[in-house]
Formats: sequence, C-alpha cells, structure tokens
Amino acid sequence: MTIIFQILAIIAVIVVAIVMLRGGGARNQAIQRIFMLLFIVAAGSSIFVPQVWTFAARLLGVGRGTDLLLYITVLAFLGVAATTYRRFRRLENDLTAMARQVALARADNQQNSSEVTEPPASDGDK
Amino acid sequence: MAQTWVVVPMYNEASVIASVIKELRKSLPHVVCVDDCSTDDSAAQARSAGAIVVQHPINLGQGASLQTGFEFVRLIPEMTEVVTFDADGQHQVQDALDMVQRLRDEKLDIVIGSRFLDNRTDMSGLKRFVLRLATGYTRITTGMALTDAHNGLRVISRDMIFELQLRQNRMAHASELVDQISLHKATWAEHPTHIVYTEYSKSKGQSVLNAINILVEIIFK
Ligand SMILES: Nc1nc2c(ncn2[C@@H]2O[C@H](COP(=O)(O)OP(=O)(O)OP(=O)(O)O)[C@@H](O)[C@H]2O)c(=O)[nH]1
Ligand SMILES: [Mg+2]
Repeated sequence: MTIIFQILAIIAVIVVAIVMLRGGGARNQAIQRIFMLLFIVAAGSSIFVPQVWTFAARLLGVGRGTDLLLYITVLAFLGVAATTYRRFRRLENDLTAMARQVALARADNQQNSSEVTEPPASDGDK
Repeated sequence: MAQTWVVVPMYNEASVIASVIKELRKSLPHVVCVDDCSTDDSAAQARSAGAIVVQHPINLGQGASLQTGFEFVRLIPEMTEVVTFDADGQHQVQDALDMVQRLRDEKLDIVIGSRFLDNRTDMSGLKRFVLRLATGYTRITTGMALTDAHNGLRVISRDMIFELQLRQNRMAHASELVDQISLHKATWAEHPTHIVYTEYSKSKGQSVLNAINILVEIIFK
C-alpha cells in the first residue's frame, strides 16, 4: 500500500522541482500561496480533527496520521528551501548589477574630475 | 596603437598591492584595480601606485570583480587585449607579457595560464589533487583539453571581452569563463605560468574545501 504514497511523494517532489526550475513570476507566487493555504488548513485540522489524518494515512498506506504529516512537512520544507534559494539568487543578481553600476559611475566621475584638476596642477601652483 | 589593459581583482591586499602594481606598470602601464570593498586601505595603496581603482560599494566576490573590470575596459577604445592578474603577488609579469605576445602572434581569442605545463609551481599535494579534479570536471563539461581551469592569469582579446558575461560572483566564475569560451568556439591556448606560493599567499589563499562550494554554485546556477 505504501507504494501509493511513494508515488504521490515523488510526484510532489517533481512538481516542486519544476516550479523551482521554471520559476515564473506571478503564477509561481500564486502556486506557493495555494500550498501555504493548504498547509494552514492541514495544520488546523490536525489539531481539531486528528482522526481525518489517521483516516487519510490509512488510505495512503502510511500508517499513522502523524507520519503522514511529517512526510508532508519534509516535502514542504524542501519546497521552501528551493524557492528561497531561487529568490536569493535573483536578489543577488540584481544587487550585483546595481553595485556594478555604482562602481562604474563613481569611476567615471573620478576620472573626469582628475582630468579637470590635472591640467591646472601641471601649470604650476596657483 | 595597441593598448593592453590589466584587470586586477583585489580584496584586502594592502600589504602587497602597491608593489604588485608598480611591478606591473613597468611594462604594462594601464592597470585597473577592482576593489571589492576591502576593509583595509588597499584602494588607496593601489591608487598611489598608479592604478585606476574601481570600487564596489559592497563585497561581491572575485568573479563579479572581473566582470566589473571587463565592463570598465570595454569603454576604452584603444584597448586591444586584457590581462587578468591576481592582486596577491602570485603571478609573474613576465608570464603575462609572454602571453600577450602569444595572443597577438597566433591571433587567439584567449590565452589561459597553467601551472601544470611545467614544474616551476610548487604547491601542496592536496591542492594539486583538487585542482586536477576541477580541471577534469571542466574537460568533461566543455570538451576543452585544459590542464588548469582555475588559473587567475589570462590574456583575453578585445572581441572576447565583449562576449564574456560572468554571472558567478564568487570562485565558480573560472569554470563559467571556460564554458563561455567553448560556447563561442573561441580560439585558445594554454601557456605555462609560475604561481608563487609564498607564506602570505598561502595564508590568504583558498581552502581546498571551497571546491565544494564551487561545485554547488555551478550545479544550482
Ligand atoms: N574582488 C575580489 N577579489 C578577491 C576576493 N577574494 C579574493 N580576491 C582576489 O582574487 C585573487 C586570488 O585570490 P586567492 O584567494 O589567492 O585565490 P587563488 O589564487 O585562486 O587561490 P590560491 O591558489 O589558493 O592562491 C587575489 O587577487 C585576491 O585579492 C573577493 O572577494 N573579491
Ligand atoms: Mg592566490
């Protein structure tokens, strides 16, 4: 029976991986928020109606409801780690581009001002 | 008139940078030093030695510094080729000059330094082993028969400088650069270089463990 769960888990990992690799803006964010909502519902229901989880776990052949919850948590964590990595990567790229612009702009100014100040200096002191 | 520019990525090298730049400028007067937000007075030292200093407002890494240097020299119409040269005094100016000559004579896009073409370079067995592994990886992924994929001493032609777009900010840029060379089907050659491992450079140089970081950065770009 666990084979069903294994298949579902692998599908979940693949979906997360695709979302991570494709990465589009708004759609991606919407999917993340749906997952978040599902997660909140899952958390609430596990407190108030834990029997549902036991029932679902039996159905999937995982054993106890807490086990099922643990599996889902691990998968969710992987998803969060992946999207966070992507987001940081993008942020870093943007920051690099900006820092580079600043560096090059400042270098220009420096050269321009040295071009302006150098000729009078070589004329002798004033 | 041919004009060779030298790009020097620099991070906290105040004690050696002035002498490195003075030595360079005896034969290669056009030096741009990319200061990666050093916390010592490297920038002032470099400037006093006659280099143009471009300063990152935050620390970005060696790869990012090289890219900034490339974008700076692109704006110089007289520039005919670019030398990348480490700030820590490990490279020989004579090697750089020989490589420039070779680039011109053989009309190559890039000449890459290698410390494994002769036995002048003396380094620890572990470092040698890790560098060999890294080179093997690059050979497999690019099909280029390099002997040293992580050498900071290179000479790059003007045309190639306009093609390069390094996105790996830290040390993984070395493999990335080779990738882009092979992608553009650039003509290249390796040239024997002598890398000096002084006590100073060993204390500052990379830990071999950094190879793991580089691998992760390459895989999860
Ligand atoms: N811009 C910039 N340059 C750096 C940074 N870290 C190191 N460098 C410079 O990169 C050059 C080489 O650095 P090393 O750490 O010696 O690396 P390496 O020469 O590849 O490694 P070793 O063989 O161990 O010496 C030197 O000129 C350093 O100043 C950094 O974070 N930013
Ligand atoms: Mg070094």
